[in-house]
Amino acid sequence: MNPYVLDLITASPEVLVLLMGCLILLFDLCVKDPSRTATFVLTQLTFIGAAVLTLFTSTGEVVYAFNGLYVDDLMGDLLKLVLYLTVIVTLFYARPYVLQRPDLRRGEFYLLVLFATLGMMVMISANHLLTIYLGIELLSLSVYALVAMNRDSVASTEAAMKYFVLGALASGLLLYGMSMVYGATGTLTIPEISDALVSNASNPTVLIFGLVFLVSGIAFKLGVVPFHMWVPDVYQGSPTAITMLIGGAPKLAAFAITMRLLVSGLLLLAPDWQGMLLILAVLSLAIGNLAAIPQTNIKRMLAYSTISHMGFVLLGIVVGVVGGDARFALNAYSSSMFYVVAYVMMSVAAFGVIILLSRAGFEADRIDDFKGLNKRSPWFAAVMMMIMFSMAGVPFFVGFFAKFSILQAVVASGQIGLAIYAVLMSLIGAFYYLRIVKIMYFDEPLDESPITAPTDLRVLLSINGVAIALFGLFPQTIMSLCAFSLLRSL
Amino acid sequence: MSGYPLLSLAIWVPIVAGLLILAVGRDNNAGLTRVLALIGAVAGLVVTFPLYTKFDAQATVMQFVELSPWIPRFNINYHLGVDGISMPFIILNSFITVIVVLAGWQVIQYKPAQYNAAFLIMSGLFNGIFCALDGILFYVFFEASLIPMYLIIGIWGGHNRVYAAIKFFLYTLLGSLLFLIAQLYLFIYSGGSFSILDWHQMPIPMGPQIAIFMAFLVAFAVKVPMWPVHTWLPDAHPEAPTGGSIVLAAIALKLGGYAFLRFTLPIVPDASHELAWLMIALSLIAVVYIGFVALVQADMKRLVAYSSIAHMGFVTLGFFMFTPLAVEGAIVQMISHGFVAGAMFFCIGIIYDRMHTHLIADCGGIVYKMPVYAAFMMLFAMANAGLPATSGFVGEFMVILGALQVNFWVAAISATTMIVGAAYTLWMYKRVIFGPIANHHVAELTDVNKRELAILMLLAFFVLAMGVWPEPVTQIMHTSVNDLLRHVAISKLQ
Repeated sequence: MNPYVLDLITASPEVLVLLMGCLILLFDLCVKDPSRTATFVLTQLTFIGAAVLTLFTSTGEVVYAFNGLYVDDLMGDLLKLVLYLTVIVTLFYARPYVLQRPDLRRGEFYLLVLFATLGMMVMISANHLLTIYLGIELLSLSVYALVAMNRDSVASTEAAMKYFVLGALASGLLLYGMSMVYGATGTLTIPEISDALVSNASNPTVLIFGLVFLVSGIAFKLGVVPFHMWVPDVYQGSPTAITMLIGGAPKLAAFAITMRLLVSGLLLLAPDWQGMLLILAVLSLAIGNLAAIPQTNIKRMLAYSTISHMGFVLLGIVVGVVGGDARFALNAYSSSMFYVVAYVMMSVAAFGVIILLSRAGFEADRIDDFKGLNKRSPWFAAVMMMIMFSMAGVPFFVGFFAKFSILQAVVASGQIGLAIYAVLMSLIGAFYYLRIVKIMYFDEPLDESPITAPTDLRVLLSINGVAIALFGLFPQTIMSLCAFSLLRSL
Repeated sequence: MSGYPLLSLAIWVPIVAGLLILAVGRDNNAGLTRVLALIGAVAGLVVTFPLYTKFDAQATVMQFVELSPWIPRFNINYHLGVDGISMPFIILNSFITVIVVLAGWQVIQYKPAQYNAAFLIMSGLFNGIFCALDGILFYVFFEASLIPMYLIIGIWGGHNRVYAAIKFFLYTLLGSLLFLIAQLYLFIYSGGSFSILDWHQMPIPMGPQIAIFMAFLVAFAVKVPMWPVHTWLPDAHPEAPTGGSIVLAAIALKLGGYAFLRFTLPIVPDASHELAWLMIALSLIAVVYIGFVALVQADMKRLVAYSSIAHMGFVTLGFFMFTPLAVEGAIVQMISHGFVAGAMFFCIGIIYDRMHTHLIADCGGIVYKMPVYAAFMMLFAMANAGLPATSGFVGEFMVILGALQVNFWVAAISATTMIVGAAYTLWMYKRVIFGPIANHHVAELTDVNKRELAILMLLAFFVLAMGVWPEPVTQIMHTSVNDLLRHVAISKLQ
């Protein structure tokens, strides 16, 4: 067969999403229905189709396509499947919220989500520095527009502006770092960068200089301290449906590019980037957890909580290589991957509960809006409680095993002080998660009105909550999938 | 040996019953909820009976063992088993759960389904702690049991309940997180095993032993609680509902002591010997100083809470004497305290249900209005003070005797508790029960009803039975304690 066709087959999920994006763009022009049900359904079907294609084209081997611009491996496939699921669930949660708000109730919403997802897919499968950049820009530009969609809201506009300016700066840093790496190694393809390092044909000063910029760019995308300034403002300012999108799926893609750039490409520089990431992780754990305490807006609180979670993810990456010995690397990286997957599951659910409580003209994003939820809806109070305890890392919820596997990797690397620091920070974190539980269970409701969310949101949110408990009881499947996919990919 | 997974049943029967109650219980149908809760609690108790009847008291190995892989990725197993030390606690816990469900019968009107479900689920989790033989399984039960207790204190507690609930949770979480790190260290050190029994056999150098001992100490000392990390308990007790106080005193305080026997002593025996002076000092401070603190309390629940800390001081003292008599005495003391402190909190709860106070100053002259109640409370107060022929005496006496074999002065100081304990308990009893009728609330009191009487009689039976004839309890733990101490006497240094 023509190698070009083979390339297209390998990349068929991306091709499908791109084609469907263009088709839906045209199709949406003819849709008269203001609720855009047809657009919504087509978008969801696109993701399901992409999931099927990803499953069918998965060979279990590392397959390069388009002259090494694109790679299809098990890590990418697994992350993409989680990504589709996350976006599908996000759209289901977002649907009632979007319908109640005329500014968001437009076909562009679904289209931008499609293109943002395509950007994330490209990031996950990128094997070339420029492909990574392409994916990041596709994601970022779509998300900037999504954040700004609520045109009459000052907060949204401000958030979009802030996100755009800082995001552009971060892209610039990343691009600058890439050019340095290119200058030092003479190639942009990630495996070739690795080969160039092994053959010792590169200029170390330029390389380290570029590495600093690369790490800064990645840190911005992950939203870790000190590149976190945009996170609280964007989380709070965006419409909740968009915050849910920003807070969940992109972390999967950011994890993927971290793996590709730093581990696949620059593993020989691990002592250098591990030191940088260690500082980022330590700061994120402290600032994320401490700054979350005084918040009164739950979206802002979750933003700081995300920062601390990303600190934990970085901890796993930091301890991969110990003194030039990469024996524990697989264990550590798969722990990070498991953490990201668990985090996405919890994050989407938390925003789902906020949407559940919101209605037209009422955002339910103040922490006080959760007061007395146990009186209004015992079941959803229980779901939120499970999410909070899971985020705090209390068993039997999936968040505990996420923290457990990271801590295990940290202790295995011999850095017990770091592990103690991490648990002390999560003890501080437990305080603000407990406060949400306290507000839901111990306080009287401010707002007695019944919850009006539609049935599909309720059912899906319930499944999501049960999944958090179920994967806490039986975490083995996801854990070994993460470990296996990384083993076959790196 | 029975073919049924008895330990799994002991864990999951109450938890499933609790989830069932959450699913079907409605606030407007409290009667059904209570009946279901009682059925669940009794079923949970009945499944633990075969543990006693089929237990082989001569065996030194774990019994009723269940072992299946749980998370093979980290070699974590669903590994259950009991010996003579842990088995009595499972039965005690399941028994106390029945008492708690009965104690809240008419009293809890606000969300009875969630109330009963929380207690049943917690009971199952506690059973899991007592029979887990895998470190992470233990930890998971250990920490998950915080959630129901947090909710119980926070939802059904008194005025200052939110502060007490959060303090309780964070304090205990701090300890358990360091415990987790110590476990991860042992996991790596042992080359990938979370089995507690493997850790028992593993040689460890002195430096790490001391570090592990300290991490364990923080975790378990908070749970026991030992002086100076005891301050959460007197805050939690007055704010907890009666049932919460009973479980807290009868079971939750035993987790720390049990963990010392399961983890600290056998895993780091050399550090335990090395630092025994520290433990003895802390225990004696708890016994003597906290006894005096109890004397000045104005609130009955705080007083009994402080007396619990003093009694737990006896327990830790007994462990670090390393003699069979003292260790057995400490375990008997833990079980006895489960009945006695549970009964004391139930008695205080009876007054609280009628007068909505547990301040000593608000009571007085209760004997004129509630003679039956006064008689029962007399018995429990005497048991709390350690009067011979009650269960409270047996444990304390065994620990003091065991201490005497080791060091006269330790025994002498600890024996002062017999005086201080009698002083604070009986003085409280005098002020609450005797004297003139204090106010019109007391004048309107009615004596205990049938439900309360039944609970009091049940508890009184065990308090007296253990005091007169402790043999059925001591004989099942005898072999296990001796085996444990033989193991602890062997150095793990190489």
